[in-house]
Amino acid sequence: MTQSQMTRRTLLGAVGVFALAAAAGPAAAADAKLKIGFVGVTSGPAAAWGTSNVRSMQTRAAWLNETGGVKIGDKTYEIEIITFDDQKDPKRAVEGMEKMAQEGIHYVVGPNVDDGAAAVRPVAEKNNIIYFPYAFPKELYTKPASNAVLGMIANYQSGPAIYKYLMDKKGVKKVAFVAANESDPLSQRDSGVAAAKALGLEVVADKDVYQNDTRDFTPVLTPIVALKPDLLVLSGVAPANAPLLIRSARELGYEGLISAETAQDAKVLSEGAGDLANGFISVGGASTPEIASDTMKEFVDRYTKMFGEYNDESNTKVYALEYIIETLKANPKAIDNVEEFKKTMDSFSAPNPFLKGDAKLSYVGMTSFGQKRQLAVPMVVNEYKDGAFQTLFVGTVD
Amino acid sequence: MEQVVANGLYLGAQYALVALGLTLIFGLMNVLNFAHGQMYVLGGFITYAVYGQLGLPFVVAVIASGITLAIIGGFMERFLFRTVIRRSHREESTMLLAAATAFFFDAVILLIFGEKQRGVPKIVKGVFNDFGIILPYDRILVGLLAGAIILGFILFMKYTKPGRAMRALAQDRMAAQLMGVEVNRYTMIGFALGAMLAGFVGGLLATITGINSGIGGPISIKAFMMIMIGGAGVVSGAIAGGFILGMMESVGLTVLRQYGDVTYLVIFAALMVFLSIRPNGLMGKPWG
Repeated sequence: MTQSQMTRRTLLGAVGVFALAAAAGPAAAADAKLKIGFVGVTSGPAAAWGTSNVRSMQTRAAWLNETGGVKIGDKTYEIEIITFDDQKDPKRAVEGMEKMAQEGIHYVVGPNVDDGAAAVRPVAEKNNIIYFPYAFPKELYTKPASNAVLGMIANYQSGPAIYKYLMDKKGVKKVAFVAANESDPLSQRDSGVAAAKALGLEVVADKDVYQNDTRDFTPVLTPIVALKPDLLVLSGVAPANAPLLIRSARELGYEGLISAETAQDAKVLSEGAGDLANGFISVGGASTPEIASDTMKEFVDRYTKMFGEYNDESNTKVYALEYIIETLKANPKAIDNVEEFKKTMDSFSAPNPFLKGDAKLSYVGMTSFGQKRQLAVPMVVNEYKDGAFQTLFVGTVD
Repeated sequence: MEQVVANGLYLGAQYALVALGLTLIFGLMNVLNFAHGQMYVLGGFITYAVYGQLGLPFVVAVIASGITLAIIGGFMERFLFRTVIRRSHREESTMLLAAATAFFFDAVILLIFGEKQRGVPKIVKGVFNDFGIILPYDRILVGLLAGAIILGFILFMKYTKPGRAMRALAQDRMAAQLMGVEVNRYTMIGFALGAMLAGFVGGLLATITGINSGIGGPISIKAFMMIMIGGAGVVSGAIAGGFILGMMESVGLTVLRQYGDVTYLVIFAALMVFLSIRPNGLMGKPWG
């Protein structure tokens, strides 16, 4: 045997030992694997929505596994995230949910959009899957539906709070809405228009729409800016489009306020619109310094180390996996029995690790849906300023 | 109305530049390059990396985008399309190959540059606001640069040896070959040139509209519309198609706004009627 052969063999052996050790690391502490699914969009123009979900789940799962896994009942579980890119196509979303059923998964995060969330409902209900969509149609969360749990604040919950705040604090009287010509943004626009009218605001534009793949919004915004609204609402705007819309509006001379009821990313706004995005109001999660706990700060650090760059949308997206795990801890029978999970949701309460103070994780939605089918995530209304979000006010949903 | 016309002209210049590369490749090889939008996206990301991240001058970044895409385009022609065209007699083989490369580019770009929308600092600050027109200076500059590139391209095609060779190939491949035109060489140059144009426009527009990994497909679709309007494989047709689409979009979004998103519905309906009357588009194929 030559020296080079020996060296190679030694090296291969060492690699093998390290690989086994790495594989055995978390498993040595865990008795079993708990698979949690994700079905949502991680490619195409809306990739940011689903990618922030997946990466939040993967970051949190890796963190929990590193610290020995999750103890549910008598067993300790290693968390495994199973992902499926539905490409924002409802047919693919159904395929994804069927794949989750075949894998024996009972808890799935996603889909990210209305039509996908509606399409997977029969598959989820038939296969005993609880799913956590980031989509707003009320029929998903009201009886007789019971398997979907809204993962974020809906625009019909945050919109009125934002408009009221801006009426009282900034003297807003005239509002214009602009939305992408897709089901989610259009339904968000319609509910936003209704909320604005109910508050007594004058709605000067409620039909202006754009194709979601528009790259230059100047032609879209030219007639709206001419109406001189006090507030321009970007209904359901994708993070990729928000800076382009803001920039076009400001360059056309618009001086009023601009807001959105969807989560945005500060880096994207900074790169795409720079100082023109200052004052932009949007709904965020829990990473602003005023309210973020040490756990949230560590989550942001770990996410950044794992994926190179943090996504502010994950301030909200971090919650779904936490709720699933904590609810299973509260009722271990729910590990493979979603009816037990549903029973636990009504009385569930656990400390919220991502917020300072004594905030709690709990299921809400009684006012909007008549049953607890929504995660209580903080409704943090942010204002963008010089590359970062600042908390404008924090609201709650019951 | 002045603003609407200015918006239309600016959009038209952008669109024409996007369509030029696509029509060049189609004219030379009869290949519908579905990856054209992805090439545009890659060009935008190269400018983002060179100008936005490394801090090198914008001009260097745009040139880097153009050259990189030219090299990629040359390799694609040499090792993918030429092989498939030689081995397959079915035209759809090249379409499938183009679609596959589009998916491949999509995946690679997403992997390397991530899912986020990216933007670069403005190259010129300030806004022109006179005569009823509001137009940021960077848009004016990009519009002028787009016009200069279009003009340079036309002159190249008309007065240089490679340009004449490519026009001859587009008119009649067999006749050009019999007249001594090196088919393989000029086809590769043409493909590289088409890809380079996509790289240039992606780089130029990164400073206005930013760039994100998922927009390649929609860009390709718009480019196809333009060359359908103007006539596939015809340089002047691509330019006309770009300006017509830009103007239709600008006017439609203003005039039809109270009816919701019907602008593209009207454009598509008009396109269907138009193509049933003039299936080869305004200028037809081949170019002369």
